[in-house]
Amino acid sequence: MSEQKTKLLVEHVTMQFGGVVAVNDLSMEVREGEIVAIIGPNGAGKTTAFNVITGVYAPTNGRVSFDGECVVENYPHGKMKKSYLGANGDMFHEIKEPTPDKLTALGMARTFQNIRLWKSMTVFDNILIAKHMKRSSNLFSAAFRFNSAEEARHRAEVMELLRVVGLEDEKDDLATSLPYGKQRRLEIARALATEPTLLLLDEPAAGMNPQETGDLTQFIAQIRKDFNVTILLIEHHMDLVMDISDRIYVLDFGRLIAHGTPDEIQRNEKVIDAYLGVVEDAED
Amino acid sequence: MIENKSQKRKNAWIAFLCVLAFLALVFCLDQWIKPTDKLGMLLIVLQKGSVYALAAVSMNLLNGYTGLFSLGHAGFMLLGAYTYAIFTIPDKSRDAVYQYFDAAIRFSIPEKLSQHMGGFGTALGVFIALVLAGLVAALMAWLIGLPVLRLKSDYLAIATLGFAEIIRAVFQWSKLGPITNGSNLLKNFARASKFKLEIAGTKLSLSTFVPVLIATVSITLIVLIVNSTYGRAFKAIRDDEVAAEAMGINLAKHKMIAFVTSSFFAGVAGATLAMVLSIAQANNFKSAMTYEILLMVVLGGIGSITGSVIGSLLFVAASEWWLRGLDSGKFLGIEAPNIFRNGFRLVVFSVIIMIVVLFFREGIMGEKELPDLFRKKKKDPAKEAQS
Ligand SMILES: Nc1ncnc2c1ncn2[C@@H]1O[C@H](COP(=O)(O)OP(=O)(O)O)[C@@H](O)[C@H]1O
Ligand SMILES: [Mg+2]
Repeated sequence: MSEQKTKLLVEHVTMQFGGVVAVNDLSMEVREGEIVAIIGPNGAGKTTAFNVITGVYAPTNGRVSFDGECVVENYPHGKMKKSYLGANGDMFHEIKEPTPDKLTALGMARTFQNIRLWKSMTVFDNILIAKHMKRSSNLFSAAFRFNSAEEARHRAEVMELLRVVGLEDEKDDLATSLPYGKQRRLEIARALATEPTLLLLDEPAAGMNPQETGDLTQFIAQIRKDFNVTILLIEHHMDLVMDISDRIYVLDFGRLIAHGTPDEIQRNEKVIDAYLGVVEDAED
Repeated sequence: MIENKSQKRKNAWIAFLCVLAFLALVFCLDQWIKPTDKLGMLLIVLQKGSVYALAAVSMNLLNGYTGLFSLGHAGFMLLGAYTYAIFTIPDKSRDAVYQYFDAAIRFSIPEKLSQHMGGFGTALGVFIALVLAGLVAALMAWLIGLPVLRLKSDYLAIATLGFAEIIRAVFQWSKLGPITNGSNLLKNFARASKFKLEIAGTKLSLSTFVPVLIATVSITLIVLIVNSTYGRAFKAIRDDEVAAEAMGINLAKHKMIAFVTSSFFAGVAGATLAMVLSIAQANNFKSAMTYEILLMVVLGGIGSITGSVIGSLLFVAASEWWLRGLDSGKFLGIEAPNIFRNGFRLVVFSVIIMIVVLFFREGIMGEKELPDLFRKKKKDPAKEAQS
């Protein structure tokens, strides 16, 4: 494992909203081909960490590197200089705040905790739009259909993706008319359409029953193989997490309290106190 | 809605044939009806209606398809109208038009081209002036969009509203008189009432056909854009900006494309309006015009191009023709000069619009388009899911 290249490197990331430090000095590493999970109680800052990694929020402090290159960096400056509550405020000196589409272009793609499909559009169109970033046409060539070969290729690729995720029969349905579990799959398919090398899944099994969760576990393992992607996921279903993760990071109140293999995490007293105990109770 | 390929091709053909039949009909009406006839009103409705249809569709591209709210349409139309007028005033009329100023721009595109190419040159010149009108409006949109489109979308409404008010004042400013003729109107430029086609000695009128043709071609272009990969990206931005950005769509860039394209066609609409009205005057392009166009979009259905066209035609027909009698003493055979006098039409009109908006929440068409009407009713998956 350790010989593998680093896919994603998060260094001392702090995200502060007003007086709330949602993510506090988070450092983590994801290596190529791994499935890494972030777990932790609600409000621990997991989604916020995703938002920083994918460029939705510029962090208050810290750096994110992707494929060995710094893609996001910030340090407490301006008004934040005085009100900064986190650590390592003097460690970074660059400001790099790309919009999310730039990071998607580099090969990151994500799903959302509260599904964000395009409501007025069909299943097919939802995936097809993710192919827009792969276009080579400009407004004129697209309007006059000089791009029809490319368009046909994209449509074929979308059909192929629909087959892989098992949504062929629903392709002409409105995305929001699908049952919950299928909407989650569609969101994953949409992310895959951008041809990512790193896939970030925010609670992909939320609201699923054990049967569906089992299917999803297999599905995630399968897409790692078929699409050759590295996966970082947030999840509360412990059977899923323990089953497919190579390594796990545990967040609590914005801080990293543990990381290690599933076995190590399950035996970690701190994690059991802060989180796993609670999950066991909730599942009874 | 997605259809398979043959269905899509069929839809395109249906739309194309409808448009062709409509154009042929308008061409014939242009010959059959004299402007002084009783039905002459129909020609005026077609002329103005097509201008407003183009204005409404171009607004819909932005407000309905991209979810950006701009209130500067009248301002972009003003730019288009003036650009068109200034560059088509013939040399010999220029000094009469610019009575109080020394005209700075002394260049009529149709006239210059007709010297070399005759009648075809005139037509080409009018076409070039129209495109120029669109480009000037588009350039202005780009300048406004540069700082504003990076901000939250509410700012666009404020900025464009401000722009429309300012541009109207600027164009009436006497210091700019040599270009804009100050607060005086521009006239004698290439106008629809003069458009004729001469074949073997018979003169055919084109005064309704040309504006309708301009609107039709422009709207067709907008339809092509909306149905392209860019149109899909616009809709994605409208439905969920965060998801669009996460899927690699550059928000600032695509909002700019939508805004500039919409303004280009607003400029063309403004130019065509000047062509139809035979005059261009800044004071006619008040914000009330923007609201009227917005109303046509809402009446027709936000997100439906067919709706915008129907909405504008009905709006213009009602306000210019069917309800005219309410202003002039006699309506539906009832003579009541005390009630039916100036302004009463607007009262009735407002009530009608209120009723339509109340009972057709989604507008006349909702999000449906022309070809959807020719198709057998299919089960709506959205409705199925709800029940
Ligand atoms: N945009 C925001 N503004 C203010 N506070 C936020 C924002 N986003 C997240 N937070 C806060 O950050 C904390 C962590 O939230 P989140 O990352 O969603 O947790 P998790 O995904 O682990 O459940 C919460 O206290 C939340 O209220
Ligand atoms: Mg979360």
